[in-house]
Amino acid sequence: MTETQLQDPQLENFVLTETQKQRFQVLVHGLTDTCWDTCMGWPSNRLDSKTEVCIMNCVERFIDATTFITRRLMNTTKYRSDAPLVFQ
Amino acid sequence: MDTLSTGSLSGAQKEELMDQVKQQIAIANAQELLTKMSEKCFKKCINKPGTALDNSEQKCIAMCMDRYMDAWNLVSRTYSSRIQRERNNM
Repeated sequence: MTETQLQDPQLENFVLTETQKQRFQVLVHGLTDTCWDTCMGWPSNRLDSKTEVCIMNCVERFIDATTFITRRLMNTTKYRSDAPLVFQ
Repeated sequence: MDTLSTGSLSGAQKEELMDQVKQQIAIANAQELLTKMSEKCFKKCINKPGTALDNSEQKCIAMCMDRYMDAWNLVSRTYSSRIQRERNNM
């Protein structure tokens, strides 16, 4: 993007915040999908506490797993500008 | 400049543009939720599709939708407090 294309600070700021907000929303949609399959039994009158705990743990562990995978991939992978992924 | 030139937009036009973008985002999110809910609640509630949605299937779907919303909100809260925690630890 050249500087001349983004010259309106108000709009630039708007796009940045909305992008950030939407990234969050997309992750919540995805996590709900995954954790629903992992935790949900037969739908009843309310979310029971066992399911609630399961969903909360599911979200936390999913993030942990993603962080773990990212770290491990970074450690086992050499990043070079000419060849993006070179495994050792 | 061939791309969208924002320098020539008036304040009101800018507001309108931002409102439209926000509305489109809201629609996209509602569609995503609708797709997910339909998929999940169909799987949970309709084992053998009959000639019509019977009463118990409808009840199950209604309940499933409410629980899916609960789950969505819980995930949202959990995720955002995790982000907050990570930020505080930095």
